[in-house]
Amino acid sequence: MKGTLSSVVIKQEWDIVGARQAGRQVSQDLGFGSVDQARIATAISELARNIYLYTEEGEITFEEVRDIPKVGLKIIAQDQGPGIKDLSAVMRDGYSTSGGLGAGLPGVKRLMDHFDLESDENGTKVTAIKWAR
Amino acid sequence: MSSIESDMQNYKELLSQYLQTRDEAILYQAEQFSKQSIQQNISPDEIVNVHYEALEEVMPNMGERVRDSFQFLIETMIAYGLAYQEHQVLREKQIELRSEIGVAANMQETLLKTTVPSDEKVDIGVKSVPAKEMNGDYHHFIKDEDGNIGIAIADVIGKGVPAAFCMSMIKFAMESFSENEINPQRVLDSLNRVVGRNVEEGMFVTMFYGFYDTTDHQFYYSSAGHEPCYILRYDTGEFEEIDAKGLLLGVSGEVSYEERQVDVRSGDLIILLTDGVTECRVDGRFIEQEEVLDIINQFAHLDAQGIVEGVFKYFERLQDFQLRDDFTLLVIKRKD
Ligand SMILES: Nc1ncnc2c1ncn2[C@@H]1O[C@H](COP(=O)(O)OP(=O)(O)OP(=O)(O)O)[C@@H](O)[C@H]1O
Ligand SMILES: [Mg+2]
Repeated sequence: MKGTLSSVVIKQEWDIVGARQAGRQVSQDLGFGSVDQARIATAISELARNIYLYTEEGEITFEEVRDIPKVGLKIIAQDQGPGIKDLSAVMRDGYSTSGGLGAGLPGVKRLMDHFDLESDENGTKVTAIKWAR
Repeated sequence: MSSIESDMQNYKELLSQYLQTRDEAILYQAEQFSKQSIQQNISPDEIVNVHYEALEEVMPNMGERVRDSFQFLIETMIAYGLAYQEHQVLREKQIELRSEIGVAANMQETLLKTTVPSDEKVDIGVKSVPAKEMNGDYHHFIKDEDGNIGIAIADVIGKGVPAAFCMSMIKFAMESFSENEINPQRVLDSLNRVVGRNVEEGMFVTMFYGFYDTTDHQFYYSSAGHEPCYILRYDTGEFEEIDAKGLLLGVSGEVSYEERQVDVRSGDLIILLTDGVTECRVDGRFIEQEEVLDIINQFAHLDAQGIVEGVFKYFERLQDFQLRDDFTLLVIKRKD
C-alpha cells in the first residue's frame, strides 16, 4: 500500500479538466494502456462533475494500490455536500438525469474494477479502483 | 489464449490481408467479427484499440500525429461503450419484466375466472381477449338459488397492469355480495362505494350489471357509465338499445343507480359489450356502431358461443390481428 500520488480540489467546472489531467498522469506512470487511461479519465470526469454540480466543493485523490503482483490506481472523490439520499436508486441503470447514456455513478462502477459509495447528510465519498492489466 | 487475445490476433491478420488485397471476402469476415464482438459484449472503445494496436504492427512507422489521433478516438468512444453496456443490462431487465408480467397475467386469468352458467332456458356465450397481456375488462356470472342469473361486464379506463389490479379488486368486492343481493341497482351502489374508497383518482371503471329472471324472462339492468348494450328482437330482427343512466364507478360517493327492465321474448338476443368492440379502429377510423350490430346480426343464427367467437374473429381480422383495446362480448339468448 503506497500513499497519495496527487489530489485535486474541485470547485469550478475548470477543475474537472485538472482532475482528468492529474489522473491521466498517474495512470500513465502506473502503466495503464490507452483504453484504460481513457476509462479512468471518464470515471474521473463523472465524479468531478458530480462534485461540481451538487456540492460547494470537494476533492479527488489518487493513490497507488498494490496487491502483489497487481498494481492499481485508487480514486477517492470526497465532499462535504448534502449527500445522496437513495443510494440504490442512484445505482440503478437508467436513473441518472442524463438518462440512458450509461454514464453517471453506474457508469463509474462499470469503468472501474472496484466501486464503493458512502453517503450521508455530511457528505459523499466514492472510492474506485482500477487494476493495471 | 483468452478469447479477446485470439480475436485480436484474428483482427490483425484480417486487417493486414485486407490492406494487401482489398478483398470483399475479408470485409465479409470483418462483419462476422463485429457480430461476434457484440455477442461477447466487447465495447466500441475496445475495437478501436484493437484496430490501433493492429495498425502499429502492420504499419510500424505510423506517424506520431496519427497515433495521438487514436487516443482521441478512443476517448470519444468510451461513452458509447458505456451506453452500449447499459443498453444490454436494460434489455435483460426488459426480458425479465416481460416474463414477470406473463406470470401475473396467468394469475389474473385464474383469479378472474368465472364459469358460464348453463341453463335450460338461456344460452350464454362470452369472449374476452386482452389487447396487451393483462386484461382491463372483466365479466362475472352468478346464479342464485332460484336459478336466476346475475351478469357483470366492466371496463377499466386504461390498460395493462394498473387496470388489471383495479379489476382484481372489483372481483373481490363482488364476491363479498351474497347471492341474494344480486339486484343491479344494489350491486352498483355498493361497488361504487368500494371503488371510491380504494381506487386512486384518475382511474375509472364502467360497469353494466344485468339480472336475468329465468322464471318470467325479465332482464333487469343498471349501468355505471358503461357502453350501451342491445337486445336483438327475434320476431322483428331489430336492435333495441338497453341503457340506463349512471356515473362511472368511484366518481362520486353517494350515487343511486337507475334500474330498468326489459321483457325478453323467445329467441331474443341480449348483447353486452365493452368499448373494445364498439371502438374497434380500422385504418385510423372508428367503425360505426351500425357496422358492429350488422356483424352481430350476421352471426345471430348461431348458438351463443358461436356468435361471440364469430364476431371476434371478424374484428380481429379487420384489425390485422392486433387489438387496440381489450375486447369483451357477452351474449344471452333466450332458448324457447
Ligand atoms: N457528490 C454528490 N453529492 C450529492 N449528490 C450527488 C452527488 N453525486 C451524485 N449525486 C446525486 O445523485 C444523482 C445521480 O448521480 P449520477 O452522477 O449517477 O447522475 P447525474 O449526475 O444525475 O447524471 P449524469 O452524471 O449522467 O449527467 C444526481 O442527480 C445527484 O442528485
Ligand atoms: Mg453525474
